[in-house]
Amino acid sequence: MKHEITVTVNGTKHTSEVDSRMLLVHYIRDVLNLTGTHVGCDTSQCGACTILFNGKAVKCCTMLAAQADGAEIMTIEGLAKNGDLHPIQEGFWEEHGLQCGFCTPGMIMASYDLLQRIPNPDEQQIRHNLEGNLCRCTGYQNIVKSVQFASKKMSGAPGDD
Amino acid sequence: MYPAEFDYHRPESVSDAIKLLQENPEAKLLAGGHSLLPVMKLRLAQPSALVDISRISDLKGVREDGDTIVIGAMTTYSELMGSDVIKQKLPCLIDAADNVGDVQVRNMGTIGGACAHCDPASDFPAILLALESEIKSVGPNGERTQSSSEFFMDMFTPKLEPDEVVTEIRIPNVSNIAKATYIKFAHPASGYAIVGIGAVRTNDGNVQLSVTGSVPIAARLSAVESEISGKDLSDDNIKAAAEKATEGLDFVGDIHASDEYRAHLTKVYARRALESLK
Repeated sequence: MKHEITVTVNGTKHTSEVDSRMLLVHYIRDVLNLTGTHVGCDTSQCGACTILFNGKAVKCCTMLAAQADGAEIMTIEGLAKNGDLHPIQEGFWEEHGLQCGFCTPGMIMASYDLLQRIPNPDEQQIRHNLEGNLCRCTGYQNIVKSVQFASKKMSGAPGDD
Repeated sequence: MYPAEFDYHRPESVSDAIKLLQENPEAKLLAGGHSLLPVMKLRLAQPSALVDISRISDLKGVREDGDTIVIGAMTTYSELMGSDVIKQKLPCLIDAADNVGDVQVRNMGTIGGACAHCDPASDFPAILLALESEIKSVGPNGERTQSSSEFFMDMFTPKLEPDEVVTEIRIPNVSNIAKATYIKFAHPASGYAIVGIGAVRTNDGNVQLSVTGSVPIAARLSAVESEISGKDLSDDNIKAAAEKATEGLDFVGDIHASDEYRAHLTKVYARRALESLK
């Protein structure tokens, strides 16, 4: 069964015909060619496929493309503006919040959701809110520091999205 | 991993959803999809069609109906956690919701979906039982409201017909709740409850306790309740009551925790839950 869906991804509207069973992550990666969103575990545990769906972090390996009809989506590709990294990206860069980088797009999108709700999280809040994202390299210490860096930078620059 | 072929429908009303369920006997309702889609991807479930009810606005949101708090079945955990009514009147549900999965799961998962799924390790059945909630559903023959203890029949088995839709979770007599809590011992990797205890103390001295995770389906701890209700929550009384937590229940075991260990933890967590009701 085919469906016509219209989704806005990183500000650009796309209309496509998709099969009922097409997963949203495959739509984003294989149809829209936005390959920054990763498929890790493919079982909604690792969080590598995290995107913002109508402003909220979701794991798009556990969603159908058909469910996204009419939605506003932001992927990792939507964060940097005019070549300038978003403060969260900058945080991961400055604080060495990654080694292999596979989990990083999901980690950053989940951090975005967190900082929207809790602009100045403490360490415990950062760890609790990133529970849905697994990193096998860093031991998380530097990821916490990266989010703290972003939190500081974003609170110093009101109006930053 | 792709699920097997199916049709996808997104009806605009509950009555249209019921019609679709009747036309497609092998169809399943789709809410947040975070329990259903994983089993479809593993081909453990192969419904002929999905009926997506997650956007039906009548099924969303939290409202007050006199002394009853009504949660629309398609309200997500994160919407529940953001509700002012819940923050003020039933903060125990925020504790319970904050224990479910992770942020991404809470942004998709719904309260009605969790009820209808009847996962034995799910958090919400326990706290909803302790709150003596009711579950309202609509089918081709009209609507019915069941107590949560009737509704949670067995492992993955709600008291619900295949063409029936859960519409509301109703928590009555909210002003009679003096204190309520949900605590759990979570599996460290999956986050699912090895043992979870929902506990409520009412203004008229009743204590209502329920368990999830260690038993085939969430259940009330009746022996503990009758031992402690009407008594002081002294350390001795709590200890004596918590010792009865395993009475009349069968416990489940798996590679993560044996039935004996889960039974033991049920007593420990029953005691801790009672202590937090002081």
